[in-house]
Amino acid sequence: MTAVIEARGLRKEFTVRVKAGRLRREKRVVAAVDGVDLRVERGEMLGYIGPNGAGKSTTLKMLTGILTPSAGEARVCGLVPVPQRTRLARRIGVVFGQRSQLWWDLPLRDSFDLLRHIYRAPAADHATRLRRCRGLLDLDAFMDTPVRQLSLGQRMRGELTAALLHGPEVLFLDEPTIGLDVVSKQAVRSFLADLGAGGDVTLVLTTHDLADIERLCRRLVVIDHGRVVHDGSIEALHARYGSRRRVVVDLDEPVAEPPEGAAVEADGRRLVFTVEGPAAPVIARLAGLPTLRDLTIEEPDIEEVVTRLYLASGPQPHGEPGISPGAP
Amino acid sequence: MVELRPYVALFRGQARSLASYRASFVLELSTNVFATVMDVLTVLVLFRVSRTLGGFTLREALLVVGLSSCAFAAADLAVGNIERIKFYVRTGLLDAVLVRPLGALPQLLLMDLPLRKLSRCAFGTGVLVFAAATAGIDWTPGRVVLVVAAPLAGVVFFSAIFVVSAAVAFWWVETGEIGNAFTYGGRDFTSYPITVYSGWFRRLFAYGMGFAFVSYYPALALLGRADPLGLPVWVGYAAPSVAVVAAAAASVVWRVGIRHYRSTGS
Repeated sequence: MTAVIEARGLRKEFTVRVKAGRLRREKRVVAAVDGVDLRVERGEMLGYIGPNGAGKSTTLKMLTGILTPSAGEARVCGLVPVPQRTRLARRIGVVFGQRSQLWWDLPLRDSFDLLRHIYRAPAADHATRLRRCRGLLDLDAFMDTPVRQLSLGQRMRGELTAALLHGPEVLFLDEPTIGLDVVSKQAVRSFLADLGAGGDVTLVLTTHDLADIERLCRRLVVIDHGRVVHDGSIEALHARYGSRRRVVVDLDEPVAEPPEGAAVEADGRRLVFTVEGPAAPVIARLAGLPTLRDLTIEEPDIEEVVTRLYLASGPQPHGEPGISPGAP
Repeated sequence: MVELRPYVALFRGQARSLASYRASFVLELSTNVFATVMDVLTVLVLFRVSRTLGGFTLREALLVVGLSSCAFAAADLAVGNIERIKFYVRTGLLDAVLVRPLGALPQLLLMDLPLRKLSRCAFGTGVLVFAAATAGIDWTPGRVVLVVAAPLAGVVFFSAIFVVSAAVAFWWVETGEIGNAFTYGGRDFTSYPITVYSGWFRRLFAYGMGFAFVSYYPALALLGRADPLGLPVWVGYAAPSVAVVAAAAASVVWRVGIRHYRSTGS
């Protein structure tokens, strides 16, 4: 088949030492990723979300060959990530929101040039891709500034370019918009949307900013306590958790008798309908109201659904929330 | 085949980065010369107190120091950077190294360009050349080969020690200065004829960890002296092969270690 990413029963355990008493410390095994199955087709844009410590980054690190899985298997571009790490690295791009791939003391221009040699990318392809990124990400203004002097937004645009110059088949993005201002976030998002629309690059994105997902990803995988708790479209998620659209109607004068199914607010001047399915029947019913001033349709809020999802999966069965494996 | 060009590119990148900090480079270069001169001065000072050291005259002992400091300085220049792995593991920066299509070890070595250590290397070689020329060696073809092979093997041996002691960070993030006990400790140990040490300490470091074969036994073979500790003369000529064992062990430790890398949260 054409799956670019395939994982079965992927698991990663960490041994953590927990304080037990004044001096004693107990060893405890925590599964950061606990049996994740994942299949991503070529050209998909996948949002991979979950609360802090859910195992998002750990999954990504296993798929990119950074971490060795404790159990289960993974294939990315047909390669086994850890044993075939360097071969895989040539075919994937990785952007970590909190790690840099660039040379701190060198201008972006030099970093890009070095990357061409490191990935042994053909000069012509490299130049074409760089030209495209420079245009779409507005890099020209700071191509000659040392990376250490770039703003976070500028640096992130540099990181995106750096990850794409060798023409990867899969791009892994770990919180690419973290800490960015609104303008930079927009720039990054529309760039990624553009990239994904091309259909050649498969995108896997972890984020805490659900606007990233809404804008970019048709498919959403939610992970919590190391397990996949949802895999499907955003619409499917709404359907599953019963989130509905709302039709809000503002009136010139309070109604004496509210229509069926409406909640009344603002002293009778506002009616709120919760709709399942198309909103047209409700609107048709309201159009006749003589005092109708304004009508808005509110889409269900993804943040709210996801919050419910996180809470629904309950307290941690093991370990502390938000454990950072490896951190002292 | 391993292609070298990507590594050359990395090297160039570091050279360019280094060029943006010229003044500190000059300063580091001079402090490094000072440190190496001190290493050799320590030995000279000891001979002001005593005519012989563990049964060796100054000229003979100087050959031991020369072999040791030449090999150590070159190893430090080539792979001493690996000490930085502690920092890369603790902060999770190793992630960025592992997503590139190059070996992790060479990338880490090229993360910094310790040109400042060149001065130490030159000084160590100078001491070796001086000692070999003045120790009254009866040159045979075997000894000519040995005087070149021994320091080269020493470089490989010390490099292996550097890699192993750095790889401990994969299991134990807070390694602190433990690694230095074996790297700098090893250099200090090999700076003197092992006859000055005794008991379990000598057995452990000299034979258990192989430090005796870096400078002491090759020096005996060069000087044509019998080992006061009773090993035959051919041991001195065979000593360089210890480096092969050390390198093989280091490569296993490194491979296993990198699979134990835990990264950090997010």
